[in-house]
Amino acid sequence: MSAIGATMRSELIGLGGIVERNVYLTKRYFLWDVAFMFWTIANTLTIVFIARSVHLTRAAENTLAARLLVGAVIWAFLGIIFEFMTETVAWERWEGTIEYTFMAPISRVMHLGGQGAFAVLYGLIRATILFFAVVLFLGIHTPHANYGAAFALLAIASLSFIGIGMMTSVLPLISPEKGAQLGFVAQGLMLVVSGVYYPVSVMPHWMQLIAKISPATYAIRGDRASIVSGTGLVWADVWPLLIIAVAATPLGLAIFHRGEVHAKKHGKLKRSG
Amino acid sequence: MSALAAPKSLSTSVHRDVPAVEVEHLTKVFRRRAKHAGLFSRRRRRMPALKDVSFTIARGECVAILGQNGSGKSTLVRLLSTLLIDDGGSARVFGNDVVRDARTIRRLVNRVSVEASFFKKMSADENLSYAARFYGMPPSVTRTAVPEILAKVGFPPDRRGESMQNLSRGMQQKVALARALLTSPVLLLLDEPTTGLDPRSKLEVQDFVREVRQTHDATILLCTHDMAEAEALADRVGLLDRGELLFLEPVADVKRRYGVETLEEAFFAATGRAFEEEHDDEDDEYREVFG
Repeated sequence: MSAIGATMRSELIGLGGIVERNVYLTKRYFLWDVAFMFWTIANTLTIVFIARSVHLTRAAENTLAARLLVGAVIWAFLGIIFEFMTETVAWERWEGTIEYTFMAPISRVMHLGGQGAFAVLYGLIRATILFFAVVLFLGIHTPHANYGAAFALLAIASLSFIGIGMMTSVLPLISPEKGAQLGFVAQGLMLVVSGVYYPVSVMPHWMQLIAKISPATYAIRGDRASIVSGTGLVWADVWPLLIIAVAATPLGLAIFHRGEVHAKKHGKLKRSG
Repeated sequence: MSALAAPKSLSTSVHRDVPAVEVEHLTKVFRRRAKHAGLFSRRRRRMPALKDVSFTIARGECVAILGQNGSGKSTLVRLLSTLLIDDGGSARVFGNDVVRDARTIRRLVNRVSVEASFFKKMSADENLSYAARFYGMPPSVTRTAVPEILAKVGFPPDRRGESMQNLSRGMQQKVALARALLTSPVLLLLDEPTTGLDPRSKLEVQDFVREVRQTHDATILLCTHDMAEAEALADRVGLLDRGELLFLEPVADVKRRYGVETLEEAFFAATGRAFEEEHDDEDDEYREVFG
């Protein structure tokens, strides 16, 4: 095997190691995850019930419920990705393994990529359970839904979400105590400009401009169209997501690298548990 | 492949004609918030952790660095493990610079620290398996290598699937040793590996370090404040005091130089202080990092 081939193989095994570790942890914390799932469903219901309170025709109420549900599901999905990416550092600091991971010969792209890959898989499973649990609970009808297109668009959007997650995962490196919470601030800011429960057009013009560079805008818009109207993958939603992914991933890695150098200069790559 | 055999891939990064470790004028300074600084003040006081430290370690040698808590031992280990960036001087591992060639060095080095540091809900098997992946070891290798290395450190096979949190400190430290050796490092950094262990576990770990020296082509840097352990395991003993390396030579030479019988007396002769008197200022560094 050539040197490049051997290095790539070693790197991919390392990426698999990150996924494997998260599978072990998910198994160990399974009951906690079930409890968290119930909380997410309850939280989503508090939003989707709004559709019942606005006295619309049955069809319009159903459409509004579906629109709100898509926003809430993507909020939850994004929350999982940001949580896993941010915890790349925060959780390891707590467990005390941070030094061992950062002194291992795995590249940061595989390290963060592995964390992102698991987050996407786990997030897609949770998003699917959440969606159908609320659909069944409220009796929402989605007769035209194109689930394949909705799923595919979410998967494409995940590439951008991972890139942005890489940027936020640097925060616990810079601030061990408050960095993780700041990751959730970034998630909230992204969704507020992306039309999570309302059309982007109702926001002030300057917020609409920011919405154009948020991947969540295209994921929410495209998934709403797929679930409510049965629209397939629309290129107008796909290409911005691909461009944002291409820009966000190297930028995320560069920002993480800067943060890692800062942490190494100031002795912040240390356990805190 | 034996769990203690060095993999062939390491050979290209290990320059045989250079020392295992070369440290020249190494300096590391932490900056801490000044005690009476205001809420928004950026005033920092400089806390030197290593001051112009120079030494070399030959390939296959076992060197112990003695020092109190806060003397700079852990800083030295973390610099050599590429977890810190120095503020001056240089450090090379088998000819590779710890900053410029960090990724190469990471394949050559592993460590055991005073804290076992594992995912506590996961088992020894799981912790070792995922950690080995970072070094390119696929499941087909770890399926046999993990049980083999755990058996070598005397870990009971029937407890391999148990959560780490249910294991005693001694057991956890054995798993930490196994994790370090699983990747066949050519430089093993032991940062107080027996601190807090009961006497029996301590002896078992020390015996295993001796066995590693005999069976594995590893250079060992042992940082400890246990003088008896340093004397028992190391070819040469160094004394790091408040960031300064006061000496690094065979124990007999140290005793002869200061005209004393024990390393405790040598410490007193070199510093003018008793070994036990030193305060623990690790907490200060902790506050600097997380404050």
